[in-house]
Amino acid sequence: MSRPRLAKGDTIDGFMVGDLVHKGGMALLYETAHPDRPGEPMLMKVPRLFEGEDPAAIVSFEMEQMILPRLSGPHVPRFVAAAGFERQPYLVMERVPGPSLLPRLQELPLPAAEVAATGARIAAALDALHRQHVVHLDVKPSNILHRPTGEAVLVDFGLSHHAQLPDLMEEEFRLPYGTAPYMAPEQVMGVRTEPRSDLFALGALLYFFTTGTRPFGDPQRMSGLKRRLWRDPQPPRRLRPDCPPWLQEVILRCLEVDPERRHPTAAQLAFDLRHPDAVALTPRAAKERRDGFGEVLRRRFNPEAQPRFRRRDPAAQVDAAPIVAVAVDLTEQPPALAEAMRATVRRLLPTLPGARVACLNVLRTNRVMLDTTLDAEGRNKHAQRLAELRHWAEPMRLPEGRATFHVLEAVSPAAALLEYATVNPVDHMVLGARCRSVRRKLLGSVSGEVAAQAPCTVTVVRPRQVEEDAAA
Amino acid sequence: MLIALMADLHANREAFAACLDHAERQGAGRFVFLGDAVGYGADPEWVTETVMARVARGALAVLGNHDEAAVGRGRGGMNATAEAAIAWTRSRLSSEAAGFLASLPLEAEEEDRLYVHADASDPGRWHYVAEPDDARRSLEATEAQATFCGHTHVPALFGITAAAKLASFRPVPSVPVPLVRPRQWIAVLGAVGQPRDGDPAACYGMLDTGRGELTWVRVPYDVETAAGKIRAAGLPESLALRLHRGR
Repeated sequence: MSRPRLAKGDTIDGFMVGDLVHKGGMALLYETAHPDRPGEPMLMKVPRLFEGEDPAAIVSFEMEQMILPRLSGPHVPRFVAAAGFERQPYLVMERVPGPSLLPRLQELPLPAAEVAATGARIAAALDALHRQHVVHLDVKPSNILHRPTGEAVLVDFGLSHHAQLPDLMEEEFRLPYGTAPYMAPEQVMGVRTEPRSDLFALGALLYFFTTGTRPFGDPQRMSGLKRRLWRDPQPPRRLRPDCPPWLQEVILRCLEVDPERRHPTAAQLAFDLRHPDAVALTPRAAKERRDGFGEVLRRRFNPEAQPRFRRRDPAAQVDAAPIVAVAVDLTEQPPALAEAMRATVRRLLPTLPGARVACLNVLRTNRVMLDTTLDAEGRNKHAQRLAELRHWAEPMRLPEGRATFHVLEAVSPAAALLEYATVNPVDHMVLGARCRSVRRKLLGSVSGEVAAQAPCTVTVVRPRQVEEDAAA
Repeated sequence: MLIALMADLHANREAFAACLDHAERQGAGRFVFLGDAVGYGADPEWVTETVMARVARGALAVLGNHDEAAVGRGRGGMNATAEAAIAWTRSRLSSEAAGFLASLPLEAEEEDRLYVHADASDPGRWHYVAEPDDARRSLEATEAQATFCGHTHVPALFGITAAAKLASFRPVPSVPVPLVRPRQWIAVLGAVGQPRDGDPAACYGMLDTGRGELTWVRVPYDVETAAGKIRAAGLPESLALRLHRGR
């Protein structure tokens, strides 16, 4: 495979090779420009084939060449062009402006609020990726960029797995490929199909950003990598006492050895990071020190204690653990409608064991809003609504830890619900049809507007009307 | 160009017609038939004549083991059910159709693609390409970048990796898979006329030569009618039943 090396000033398929901007272990990144795309910032990725000819460099380039053109959305760099190994292999993609998260490592530890906000953006990007059947498998600060508009962008799909494409990495190498401080236990054991491996890596990143310390160090050998299967890290609060318990809860849940014990989806993790009040606290939140020696030995040597890692399609995992939002109108909802809505949710849940239910109520505020939430009356109203919402949901007996309650304050209920569904990201919204009334005639139907514009499935519940009613 | 690749038609007129129609609507510019036009199903003459007409207009076709048996050249080794269907088929084929089947080559090459019914290392022996080792044997026997075959009635894709290992993959319907160069690939197309992977819908492959991508396409068809004809012809009941089950 000795072919002339690309250099600055070369032109290939119209792409002019510019400055070398990054020299990675497996590939080189150049600035590039094309006369047909004036002013468009682009990068050309070229596999390193010259020094030692690591076959992993070839395979990871082939994987990225297959996966990147199939991805879309703001959370990945846009694919532009590619050429394979018949001649000079290259991959051209959008250059996302701005630095990666790598320089932030100089500023660690970061404030909890910033860790949570960054984590929520990364989790949203992972959710978008998993819904496209891809597990990233190399989530780390240097692979995360941000658009000027705020979205996190994941780069480098050279180690990724696409559930609907052949996995050349899996066949090729017996040793796991990944980045030691962030690699999930199942990835260490060679499993490449688990979307929650990315949640583990994100958890390691959040731990590092919160405490300034890597949870599992940076082991260089297989034996060191495997330690994370039985040895738990110091709880973040031990290293950083001002880390809030809810953040420790979230981070340690991400770092669970068994993927089944982590958040079911990246979307649900993003949800927790955006709603600290709604995080269900378990003993993880209060943990003060690492597990005792006996427990560690049991995990290491008792076969019963070892988790079983299974294959799965990332998108199927997302489907099985949706975020279901139930929008409740507490002011003018007839009892029959309330019962019909609760029945609808009760029927939905048994088929979705990983689902999470967010009960929403919109507290209408005045058009000219001088932040009334801060005054005593506003706080009381909010708390009162929250209590009413919990009371409304009580008959459903939602499982502990899977249901959360939120009062949104907004001028327009429909706009508030739509925004909530977009940001969180809600998979299925259940709401009631407003009963026939003068108000509906004047104000239009909230459910109609939400059903027409929501980025997800919407169920509009209406109790079966009896005949006298219909004739009236 | 879009090339429609159809294997194991097995005298199933309803499935074959549905696939042809589907491929035409997708804009297929070329048709390749990967063997076993006949056997099992109740419409051997219509299916063979349709393949003949397509070949006369430039399509490619290769021989399958059931085609070979139907024209009396088989080396035996079929089970009793298949044997019964072949005996019935023989009585139904016109001499022109039989002559056409007898004239089919064991394999055909086009650019860097090889078309064959089964394992290409010895096409006349009809070895299945079901496991990575089968795929390796076949791939090592050819220079072609991509081999397309049938015979197992189960869709699959195998490729030789950069370190000469064998990757195997179960294709997802309707999702294009890039056959990246310069790796060698062997694609098993699944069956038009008698699927055995649990999905009763007919299966064919669509190759986009410009993009270097292959898509396995599933086409639902009128199974009831095809199975009814098998029963009406007095062929073994199991042949009708398995169309419903796709096994």
